[in-house]
Amino acid sequence: MYKIVARKELNPTVTMLDIEAPLVAAKAEPGQFIILRVDEDGERIPLTIAHYDREAGTVRIIFQIVGATTEKLNHKMVGDYIHDFVGPLGVATHLEGLKNVCIVGGGVGCAIALPIAEKLHKMGCKVTSVIGFRTKDLLILEDEFRACSDKLYVMTDDGSYGTPGNVCVPLNEMFAAGQTFDEVITIGPLVMMKFVVLATKPTGIPCVASMNPIMIDGTGMCGGCRLTLNQDGKKVTKFACVDGPDFNAYEIDFDEAMSRGNMYFGFERHAHEEACNLFKKEVK
Amino acid sequence: MPNMSLKKNPMPSQDPQVRAHNFNEVAIGYTEEMALDEALRCLNCKNMPCVSGCPVNIHIPEFISKIKEGDFEGAYQIISKTSALPAVCGRVCPQESQCESKCVRGIKGEPVGIGRLERFVADWHNAHSSEAPVAAPSNGHRVAVVGSGPSGLTCAGDLARKGYKVTVYEALHTAGGVLVYGIPEFRLPKKIVQKEVDNLIAMGVDVETNVVIGKTLTIDELFEQGFEAVFVGSGAGLPNFMNIPGEAYKGVYSANEFLTRSNLMKAYLDDPVTPIMKGGNVAVVGGGNVAMDAARTALRLGAEHVYIVYRRSLEELPARKEEVEHAMEEGIDFRLLNNPVEILGYNNPDDRRDPKNGFVTGIKCIRMELGEPDEKGRRRPIPIEGSEFVLDVDTVIIAIGTSPNPLIKSTTKGLDVNKHGGIIVEEGTGKTTREGVFAGGDAVTGAATVISAMGAGKAAAAAIDEYLSK
Repeated sequence: MYKIVARKELNPTVTMLDIEAPLVAAKAEPGQFIILRVDEDGERIPLTIAHYDREAGTVRIIFQIVGATTEKLNHKMVGDYIHDFVGPLGVATHLEGLKNVCIVGGGVGCAIALPIAEKLHKMGCKVTSVIGFRTKDLLILEDEFRACSDKLYVMTDDGSYGTPGNVCVPLNEMFAAGQTFDEVITIGPLVMMKFVVLATKPTGIPCVASMNPIMIDGTGMCGGCRLTLNQDGKKVTKFACVDGPDFNAYEIDFDEAMSRGNMYFGFERHAHEEACNLFKKEVK
Repeated sequence: MPNMSLKKNPMPSQDPQVRAHNFNEVAIGYTEEMALDEALRCLNCKNMPCVSGCPVNIHIPEFISKIKEGDFEGAYQIISKTSALPAVCGRVCPQESQCESKCVRGIKGEPVGIGRLERFVADWHNAHSSEAPVAAPSNGHRVAVVGSGPSGLTCAGDLARKGYKVTVYEALHTAGGVLVYGIPEFRLPKKIVQKEVDNLIAMGVDVETNVVIGKTLTIDELFEQGFEAVFVGSGAGLPNFMNIPGEAYKGVYSANEFLTRSNLMKAYLDDPVTPIMKGGNVAVVGGGNVAMDAARTALRLGAEHVYIVYRRSLEELPARKEEVEHAMEEGIDFRLLNNPVEILGYNNPDDRRDPKNGFVTGIKCIRMELGEPDEKGRRRPIPIEGSEFVLDVDTVIIAIGTSPNPLIKSTTKGLDVNKHGGIIVEEGTGKTTREGVFAGGDAVTGAATVISAMGAGKAAAAAIDEYLSK
């Protein structure tokens, strides 16, 4: 059992939890993830590590309420326990030697992008961050990004905050102005990452995407998290849990990943409604 | 007077029509009368050929003699001298290719039902004995066991009996490894596995779930923490796919994923928290025990029609004979000498939002014939040109084996693996190339049986004892 030591609602659909898990905190690196079960007989879900405190022995997760399990997780308060919490899983984001990086985060993906930006900043790397949200109400972590970025662009699709438009707008402007980076790292909705790739590709700047497919064990046993990479014209199957979650974004078959990602859409919507009924809450 | 019947006492089982719709255990087990009658078929041969066929060398004629005397607890004590998990082995061992293949009674007629008797004895003990196992006096040595599957549980049990302080690390949230996530309830009830794990805990073994060795802790850190030896029984790893077009369609599962969803995550319950595709037509590709488990699980989840697609013939089918028979009785449709060449999916070019887009619609196969034997002596299947055909299915489950998990080798210096990724060990001791590290089970051999993993766990426990007694 793993104790919740801090909880904060970042916006109406995104919550942050700090969880006591000293073994995970001791090893965690930016880009890695954990798998948790909220209660006995619960579903296993992967969540990326947003922050860790090795001394306090805590790990921070930031999640969006999208289904039954995240709904249940959102009802856990400080002092409550989470049944299972295992990690750190996956390969940490490779940051060595980077001097000038552009981080592109979308929605709750910004929670995963933040520790990468923070670590790069601490390494003395120049960090340009682009964070995008649908609307002002969904904005998270602006201050945190400002603290670790040399330049920060905050975008909203509907223009209700920051600059109107999606994350590709400033990206295209920077590229058009001849600005270059050692690497572009993108984390967010698959469709956003797909367009970041399209925008970046003509520049030849290496682009890395962090993938978050459906997983069960997360340790390289079930193969549910597989995705297809196109490597030199050859299709190669990779597993996000042990080979990733970061991949060369130019090689990822995003259309396939999007299709596989909605496999249980109907089931999940129904399960979420049931969970909401249980908590007598309206489904958003 | 021995019982000279040429046939084994048949195993009482649930009716195939009934059991195809439930997850209760298929085989019900011998009654005392049946066990006595079957035991009397044993000739108590002096040279005991059956024992040589058992990977853990159970003293078979000796325990069967105790059954003849009606001393079932005595029989259990003899089995448990060499086997840590009799209730498991009696259910899942391929006896026909092990102990029973050597039985003299098998020359003319059927061999003695050794597996059935083992199961009877183990179940009798579990039902009648209230004696909890006790911790052996400590010898002060600490050993870490990585993985709580059959090899790890066996190794931990043997070491605990000798007084070692053992900690078992399990990556998942429940101990038992493949016995829990892989083998279905109808073949091996989970409560039997839980009982074996509870016995180990009663013997003083610590079981730590949610710890991934190679990630949460490394083997080097285990030594730093004061463990003097480590046994790696981390099991099989990533599922193999066929690398044919269409394997990314929704509805294509590895057998590991399908079985894990149903078994470990309990997707077979009426209102599951973990989803699984149920119903429709299902094709399972492969011919091993895992393929049989997946096919029979799909049937029980409500599939209308379940195919086994296997590229060789019935004779080469590697699954345990009883599982194949059970699957056939339940109505699984065996499409032998068929090999998949493509998985077909639905794509509506006019509507990208069509909810059916990307889901499996069929599997294209080609008929095969058997050619010359290969280096292993198995006849090589050769495609018959132009014989392609399509089976209409909604789900495809790939059960063609696994490759070893990379997590431990990639984080452990000095631990050598072979070209397939299996950990290299010394035959008979499980010694790896790294001092103090031993290994066994699927992590070494690739996908194999529960009993061979137990045999490896047992051998490694003896080798660890010798290593630490020096």
